[in-house]
Amino acid sequence: MNTASVQLPAWINYGVIPLLNLALAFFFSGLVVWAIGESPVEALRLLLIGALGRGEGIGFTLFYATSFIFTGLSVAVAIHAGLFNIGSEGQAYLGGLGAALVALSFDRYVPWYVTMPFAVIGAALFGAACAAIPAWLQAKRGSHIVITTIMFNFITSSLMNYLLVRVLIVPGKMAPETRTFLEGGQLPKLDWLISMFGGRLGAAPLNFSFLIALVMCFLVWVLIWRTKLGYEMRTLGISPTAASYAGIPYAKIVMIAMLISGGLAGMMALNPVMGASARLQIEFVGGAGFVGIAVSLMGRNHPVGIILAALLFGILYQGGAELSFDMPSITRDMIVVIQGLVILFAGALEYMLRPAIVRLYQQISGK
Amino acid sequence: MSLDLPKEIEPAIELVGIDKKFGAVHANKNINLTVAKGSIHGIIGENGAGKSTLMSILYGFYHADQGEIRISGKPIAIRDSQAAIAAGIGMVHQHFMLVENFTVLENVMLGAEGGQLLRKGVASARKELKRLEDDYGLEVDPDAVVEELPVGSQQRVEILKALYRGAEILILDEPTGVLTPAEADHLFKVLRVLRDQGKTIILITHKLREIMAITDTVSVMRRGEMVATRKTSETTVEELAELMVGRRVLLHVEKGDANPGRVLLSVRNLSVKDARGVTMVDNVSFDVRAGEIVGVAGVAGNGQSELLEAIAGIRKPASGEILIDGKPVAGIDPAGLRDLGLAHIPEDRHHMGLVLKFEEYENSILGYHRDRRYGRGAMLDLEAMRKDAEEKIAKYDIRPPNPRLKTANFSGGNQQKIVVAREIERDPNVLIIGQPTRGVDIGAIEFIHKRIIDMRDAGKAVLLVSVELDEIRSLSDRILVMFAGKVVGEKTGDAGEQTLGLMMAGIAA
Ligand SMILES: Nc1ncnc2c1ncn2[C@@H]1O[C@H](COP(=O)(O)OP(=O)(O)OP(=O)(O)O)[C@@H](O)[C@H]1O
Ligand SMILES: [Mg+2]
Repeated sequence: MNTASVQLPAWINYGVIPLLNLALAFFFSGLVVWAIGESPVEALRLLLIGALGRGEGIGFTLFYATSFIFTGLSVAVAIHAGLFNIGSEGQAYLGGLGAALVALSFDRYVPWYVTMPFAVIGAALFGAACAAIPAWLQAKRGSHIVITTIMFNFITSSLMNYLLVRVLIVPGKMAPETRTFLEGGQLPKLDWLISMFGGRLGAAPLNFSFLIALVMCFLVWVLIWRTKLGYEMRTLGISPTAASYAGIPYAKIVMIAMLISGGLAGMMALNPVMGASARLQIEFVGGAGFVGIAVSLMGRNHPVGIILAALLFGILYQGGAELSFDMPSITRDMIVVIQGLVILFAGALEYMLRPAIVRLYQQISGK
Repeated sequence: MSLDLPKEIEPAIELVGIDKKFGAVHANKNINLTVAKGSIHGIIGENGAGKSTLMSILYGFYHADQGEIRISGKPIAIRDSQAAIAAGIGMVHQHFMLVENFTVLENVMLGAEGGQLLRKGVASARKELKRLEDDYGLEVDPDAVVEELPVGSQQRVEILKALYRGAEILILDEPTGVLTPAEADHLFKVLRVLRDQGKTIILITHKLREIMAITDTVSVMRRGEMVATRKTSETTVEELAELMVGRRVLLHVEKGDANPGRVLLSVRNLSVKDARGVTMVDNVSFDVRAGEIVGVAGVAGNGQSELLEAIAGIRKPASGEILIDGKPVAGIDPAGLRDLGLAHIPEDRHHMGLVLKFEEYENSILGYHRDRRYGRGAMLDLEAMRKDAEEKIAKYDIRPPNPRLKTANFSGGNQQKIVVAREIERDPNVLIIGQPTRGVDIGAIEFIHKRIIDMRDAGKAVLLVSVELDEIRSLSDRILVMFAGKVVGEKTGDAGEQTLGLMMAGIAA
């Protein structure tokens, strides 16, 4: 039977199914752990304690989640307009340059809260600039956005490496990074947030950009579901022919959607650059742009889903690091395998369980 | 409500107490239906009456909440389409399920290749296909690529596919909606042959003429219930119409004389090319005045679609000029044209007129979403949108009356009403319409036709494109006939069917 057309209640769609997918992912990860001779239960315990056990762990988890929220939103906005932006990684990298330039020029003169709005704008502008050329090529020339954004990841990476090694590097130093920003160029840590729950942030780099990420979640929700522009993006994303019938300008919407998407990716840089290390470092994005694709997919391209999925990946990153520290036979590569399994079950195989659940639901509800 | 069948005729299909709900919508209520082997059985009913749902249950697309299906007297469970095919049931979908760039033979074999090696299968499939074509008069070239075939032939491929899989029972859901009259005639000839060879056929259609012409028995559905079954020879169009709608229906619209005023839409030497550069509209000129309906008759594919799209600003003309109220509109996009008072009911509601994944109220503003009344500035006012949608739903009797329902879950005819309501309620000066009543039930056709005539009487210019000659003739004040991209003649609204038919075939001018 065609189960795809059966509507399930929201609590099953957004609650039961993702949780079952997650349980499956953990089950198979457990098999992997078991296969190398460790106890899966113990591994899971260590992972969860590492990620959520103490204030510091939570601080790290939320720090990672912050980056993933930005890149997840970036991917989601593009997807709503029918565009698959694979370039969040590069856009975030270039966004770092925008943030750093603002921080470097402001930090001497003003406190952080004056620098911050300019840094947000700077990061967004540079991220958007990085998305602009692929967007234009798609809008005017029909070059496929997937290909061009992938290519731009390489271009940005080379450009940034050049700038850091040759231009921005502190003279006389070996590390390809800028000087450390003064306090006026740093985003404050969120000690108070963690201590509100009785924990201590410790060395964890959770910082003000977490709050910016939450604000962006709200703004993206408003944009997509409450504005005329969002309506046009969704129309184009679902049905390009209906969009042309309705007089929705293809090129314009593609440009706007990609600029917003790139801007959100660029803002991700605030977190590591101005929040954690207080300087622009080489390769600071570290794959967060690609994780954003999984986060958006898992979160059904909805801000609330994206927050939850970003938290999940934050837990995996932080808990995974602790796990490989406590169980040396579980290497970092193993952690990557586990993350891969989560992406596989929760993202790519999202609909695998659905038909069975539909049947079960129909039997139980007596239909 | 089953018909008393003579004892010696065995039933091919028996549906007993079939019940199906979609949430709050009770689509099928305790349906009983018996179809005799070797007969053609028609099913009619208003939009949303539950016809497609019932057939989808029979074909394993949906599960009935309750009830039993018996094939040749034996109860069977139809879990999915595979089970339906195994039980000898074949379905011809309204939207063909063919692989466009495969040949006819490849399409027919698809999923029934028989064995790991393709070659052996191909030879025997070719032989079997040839036999089926000969037996049933279903001629198509086995090596033709499907996308290059006209719609009528594509439909024949669908039928061949079902027969190739051993179908004894064939379900056709609104098969003639997309066919030209000649293609429809051909289809009916095939169906008669199939019946005479012992196949059982269920035919869903909104065209009562077709029911009278080809079926042996006919059942009427209304609001989820099976309300009557008749021998076709013992009923009339009027009785069926009344059974369907529950009241008397005007089968012919009444309209007074036209009162044409100044020219509102003017097309001058317009030529339009398609994506491949083929000229689809060839140097066409005409005017539409305020207060008149101009019909464009023609066999599908003779340039009417491209003409409409060019006027609507969706397709760029290759040359020529379009004027709205005297103003040249070259380079103005569809949004700008709407501001100039143009409204467009597109031929293809699934791909153009609607975003099927949207909720109903979202579709009821498509194209007008920038309007102040749907929200100030950049924001959308969901309250205003829903209220507006509710008003249209009430006025056009769109069922179910739920603006939050996903548009894909409305029945075909109700989807059409969503589009018609949106465009007509805008009160445009120029209304261009493509196939306004495709898949729409007779009660709703009456309603839509009345609204179109109201528009005319209110002094609007209406351009109507339809492949339904009846529709063109009963609505138009003037009729243009298109053939091979050219306007080959103009007639008054009372022109005879014969004359128009010959002109549409490019034989007489
Ligand atoms: N998947 C679905 N989810 C919710 N409601 C549905 C679904 N499919 C159909 N319906 C509803 O069930 C009712 C019957 O629909 P159905 O498509 O069977 O009508 P129909 O008789 O074929 O109409 P039409 O002549 O317009 O094609 C309609 O009210 C429709 O909105
Ligand atoms: Mg139907």
